[in-house]
Amino acid sequence: MKLRLEVNGRPRSADVPPMKRLLDVLRDDLRLTGTKEGCGEGECGACAVLLDGELVNSCLVPACQADRRAVTTVEGLAAPDGSLHPVQQAFWEKGGAQCGICTPGMLVAAVALVERARRPSDAEIREWLAGNLCRCTGYVKIVEAVAAAARARRPGAGARRPKRVKR
Amino acid sequence: MRGDLAALEVLRPRRLAEALAALADSDRPCPIAGGTDLYVALNEGRAPARRFLDLSRLDELTGLETTPSGLRLGARTTYTELRASRLVRRRAPVLAEMAASVGAIAIQNRGTLGGSLGNASPASDPAPVLLALDAAVELAARDGRRVVRRRVPLDRFFIGYRETAARPDELIVAVLLPSSALEGWRYAYRKVGTRRAQAISKVVAAVGLELGARPRRIAAARIAYGSMAPTPVRARAAEAALAGRAPTSAAGRAAARALLAEDLHPIDDLRSSADYRALVAGRLLESLLGALGGFRPGLDD
Repeated sequence: MKLRLEVNGRPRSADVPPMKRLLDVLRDDLRLTGTKEGCGEGECGACAVLLDGELVNSCLVPACQADRRAVTTVEGLAAPDGSLHPVQQAFWEKGGAQCGICTPGMLVAAVALVERARRPSDAEIREWLAGNLCRCTGYVKIVEAVAAAARARRPGAGARRPKRVKR
Repeated sequence: MRGDLAALEVLRPRRLAEALAALADSDRPCPIAGGTDLYVALNEGRAPARRFLDLSRLDELTGLETTPSGLRLGARTTYTELRASRLVRRRAPVLAEMAASVGAIAIQNRGTLGGSLGNASPASDPAPVLLALDAAVELAARDGRRVVRRRVPLDRFFIGYRETAARPDELIVAVLLPSSALEGWRYAYRKVGTRRAQAISKVVAAVGLELGARPRRIAAARIAYGSMAPTPVRARAAEAALAGRAPTSAAGRAAARALLAEDLHPIDDLRSSADYRALVAGRLLESLLGALGGFRPGLDD
């Protein structure tokens, strides 16, 4: 089928078998290899992307169901000028990555969360990332990074608060 | 790309009548909604069919609504929609609680009620809760030019291991919850797996109690389990043992627990053992009855 979709804000098309996995369309047809394949059964989250803003495992999505929809992959998180998304910046600063295989999925899942929740609790962050497995076992730094990214995104977060001076 | 997905065909109807016409065809396609079960099989090279029927464009399978007889949940309702629905949280909060226990967020965004029931896994998370809620499945099929619908009570829907009472030409279009099960009943649910997320259950249990006001007695009970038999199953002998008892009655709980073995037939498999499952099924019954009756059962056994 002729698949038309918007990927990371740009219209793309590909001639693909309709039941081909979205994961394979992204990696093989569109050469977006940031999205990884881990388990191939929806357990690990390495292939996570956003489909119309919703977190999905792209190894479980047939290409045809992505037709005329918007896909966001890890390649689409940074701004066009290369500046990192607050979630990426926070992973960088907090050391939220070790071997890196789970990182694209973690970032995409975390972005989906911070775009919904202004003040996610640690429990919410852990629930939201429960479908993304890190086998280096580095979850603590990842959770810290997501909390920091959510803080950084809150209005006024960039501006320095005037120090109250005791007289 | 894994398996041989390139050879698979798909039909993508926009109308229910078209979808049902395809199911009436001799070269019958296999329905796909969220794909969370189907693609696990496809990725392992176990394609159940060569042709598929994509349900994702059928608006007739969506929506959560109040009807004169209760609640109607479209077959394509996802777990995320159940968690987010005010209607569900107000009238059947146990369904939202169940939905939060399925997989993780990405699975909850894609997996559907109809998909789980049609797949008929004995380890289904929604099936025991829906059995406790006395749900029915609405099936539709094509009869000539007409679409005919029928209701099958869920406790008669699962007829064998991964086998349902739906005919091959029928599609699950909705799940129906009767008002009689929503008013005056309280529900509790618990899933036991290896971890809290992304686990297929070792045991899953749901209990519903209708409590009489004065004296405070159990008027009726519905108890259902998953992963404890070849199908999701009601524990009817235990239900009967609770009727007429006070919800705090230790004798009633003990009688019900002893009778679970009448309906539950756990097996040893890669996720758990029959002994563990039987023990946990009994403890879950006590703990869920405790939650509903407002007391804490002892954990001495």
